[in-house]
Amino acid sequence: MRKKLNEVNSGKLFLSGNEAIARGAWEHGVHFSSSYPGTPSTEIMETIGKEYPEIDAQWAPNEKVGMEVIAGASFGGARVLSTMKHVGLNVAADPFYTLSYIGATGGIVIVSADDPGVHSSQNEQDNRLMGRAAKVVVLEPSDSQEAKDFTGIAYEISEMFDTPVLLRVTTRICHSKSIVEVGPRVEVPVKGYTKDIAKRVPIPANARKMHSRVVARLKALEEWGYDSPLNRIEMGDKSIGIITSGISYQYVKEVHPEVSVLKLGMTNPLPWRLIKEFIDQVDNVMFVEEGEPYLEERIRSQFLIDGTGSELMSVEGELNPELVRKGIRNGESLPLTFEEIALPGRPPTLCAGCPHRGAFHTLSKMKASSTGDIGCYTLGLMPPYNALETVVCMGAAIGVLAGIEKAVGREEMPKLVSAIGESTFVHSGITGLIDMVYNGNTGTVMIMDNSLTAMTGGQENPTTGKNLRGEPAPALDLVKLVSACGVKHVRVVDPHDLPEMKRAFQEEFDREELSVIITKRPCIMQYKPKRKTIAVLDPDKCVHCKICVKLGCPAISWDAEKKIPVISEILCWPNCNLCVQVCPKDALSKDLEGVV
Amino acid sequence: MSKIKNIIICGTGGQGILMASEVLCSAAWRSGFQVKKSEVHGMAQRGGSVSSHVRFGEKVHSVLVEKGAADVILSLEKMEALRWANYLSPDGKLITCDLTIEPMTVNTGSAVYPDVEKIIEEKAIPNLMIPVMEIAQELGNLRVMNIVLLGAASRHLPEISEKCWFDAIEERVPAKALEVNLEAFKRGKAL
Repeated sequence: MRKKLNEVNSGKLFLSGNEAIARGAWEHGVHFSSSYPGTPSTEIMETIGKEYPEIDAQWAPNEKVGMEVIAGASFGGARVLSTMKHVGLNVAADPFYTLSYIGATGGIVIVSADDPGVHSSQNEQDNRLMGRAAKVVVLEPSDSQEAKDFTGIAYEISEMFDTPVLLRVTTRICHSKSIVEVGPRVEVPVKGYTKDIAKRVPIPANARKMHSRVVARLKALEEWGYDSPLNRIEMGDKSIGIITSGISYQYVKEVHPEVSVLKLGMTNPLPWRLIKEFIDQVDNVMFVEEGEPYLEERIRSQFLIDGTGSELMSVEGELNPELVRKGIRNGESLPLTFEEIALPGRPPTLCAGCPHRGAFHTLSKMKASSTGDIGCYTLGLMPPYNALETVVCMGAAIGVLAGIEKAVGREEMPKLVSAIGESTFVHSGITGLIDMVYNGNTGTVMIMDNSLTAMTGGQENPTTGKNLRGEPAPALDLVKLVSACGVKHVRVVDPHDLPEMKRAFQEEFDREELSVIITKRPCIMQYKPKRKTIAVLDPDKCVHCKICVKLGCPAISWDAEKKIPVISEILCWPNCNLCVQVCPKDALSKDLEGVV
Repeated sequence: MSKIKNIIICGTGGQGILMASEVLCSAAWRSGFQVKKSEVHGMAQRGGSVSSHVRFGEKVHSVLVEKGAADVILSLEKMEALRWANYLSPDGKLITCDLTIEPMTVNTGSAVYPDVEKIIEEKAIPNLMIPVMEIAQELGNLRVMNIVLLGAASRHLPEISEKCWFDAIEERVPAKALEVNLEAFKRGKAL
């Protein structure tokens, strides 16, 4: 069996940026970590859970709670870590901003994994701006080795300057792999808790003094950055000087290795003296950065210089070598032998056997729809369901439904429900439900309970009965919780029982009071059925109606010649029989007996 | 500076693309090269398009292959192979399984699956189309398609020795499946 990585004390490993951050935290004696999953950050916690038992790691109900718990652990003198996707930092912004004032007793590192290109998010915000607004240190590694090394340096900075450090990474750092030199874990003692009201209670009289300390801290860090190993000048052709950070540095070195480069590993506060030295040595300054023109705007306004960058590349989407090649010196793209070919898209779909399919299929058949939320079930918006119409942020499905009712009245939207997963409901949907009860809403909230935080790859949450390491934990009882909020009509339905699912929706659509439907069936990632059964077609009974195909199941395709459905042996999920249920002529059958 | 090799491995979610790229990276690393790879997780896992960029050489900076720079494109699904064809370098080769997996857009009738063979012929894309189901069935294992593909790719990556390939496969597959995977690699290499 492969050794756990905590038994590897030297040598080289091939690690993703996320795995490298986990490794860096472990090597630098981190004691405690609390986070909510979110692409592209999730594998940091998962790696800690699997490989590094020396770090006490746990999933929090949301990013705000994660940040508060690590704050407390830091007050207790432990080195702490909290990881999240970029929009997760919005949820945690309240403790984040004030933690900047309070500072770090045990070192605090917060990872913000930004998603330029919006691979798996709802926006592409650049959290360097958040770091600056909160007046904390921002570090930007450019590969896995730096992801590990910068994590270590972040703890040193945090404890030396009494500040949280924001490690800002992007999808291409998190999910790319490169070779990393590793070392052993160095234990750091937990300092212990000592009462310090002036430091930890930001009542106005204290907060003003805290703010002064923060301003002085930034000034000191600015000077520290001058000869810090995080920032470096690589002098080359002096006719052009590129200022860059993060993954963008790698693209510059790849396509224009000849130019002079100032590589900034610390992008807040900015090391002004070093930047000045660099721009004085080069004829023209250019900025290559992914996301907002953050360095460009700050440095140009600081020194009142000309300089280009964002208008030659883009503030939208991901940067890539082509864009950098073209952006610098108006370079030519590589010649293309073949042009791009227009092809049908291949969007993600609900898995074969997915419990959400029964609910969305039913909504669709009833010409009903939903206000949506963040999770696999966002895919309810896709054809053939077309049964989800809004998404704002985690937890918003419920508040948005409430607001639509307030604007147009229930009678204008009788068949609109909220679609929200159980993990998202616990994250921040519950406050929306409390609002609906309190303010007299009458709609229907559907909590899609698949007993897993699925979209991010399958993590435990407070409802699943297990913790981050898979050990037993108390399971939150959603029925009791919803009832305790004051909802009088709560029911639990198996979404694969189509007649029951339809009856539940119909009764709640007709009811003039607030109700909650919990669709309960585990995610297919949760278990491996003991027996392989697939749906079988009797072609003589098939009337070619394609109703089964309209389930949108990836296991069912259509043979246009024979005009019959084809069931994929590989994809068909053993204990699902939705296609059998929808077939009007009993042409599909499946032996479900004994399948768990 | 020696040339960097650029490989794209693509297909659809759940086909073993990430495993194949792990084996390739390990084999290249064992051959003494610096290696980087990049892929996107998340939404892509739900049956969507998946791709992995692998680059190796003496010194590698970018994690992404540039358009027009791919030495080899390996695809586990034939339409996905076309999706990346514009990344091929002038000497590049497209190696694809002859497998068709219809996307939901085709399934539900809002799009038509293209005639991949015809497009490849019209555009004269240097290619190798592998009858992968036949080979996998002969080997008695449908899960080894990705390794067949790597075997076929190995002829275009002479920098990596057969031993390094075998060691990389051994590292990644369970012991009981090692033999069939090594056989799959050899079958791919012989194509």
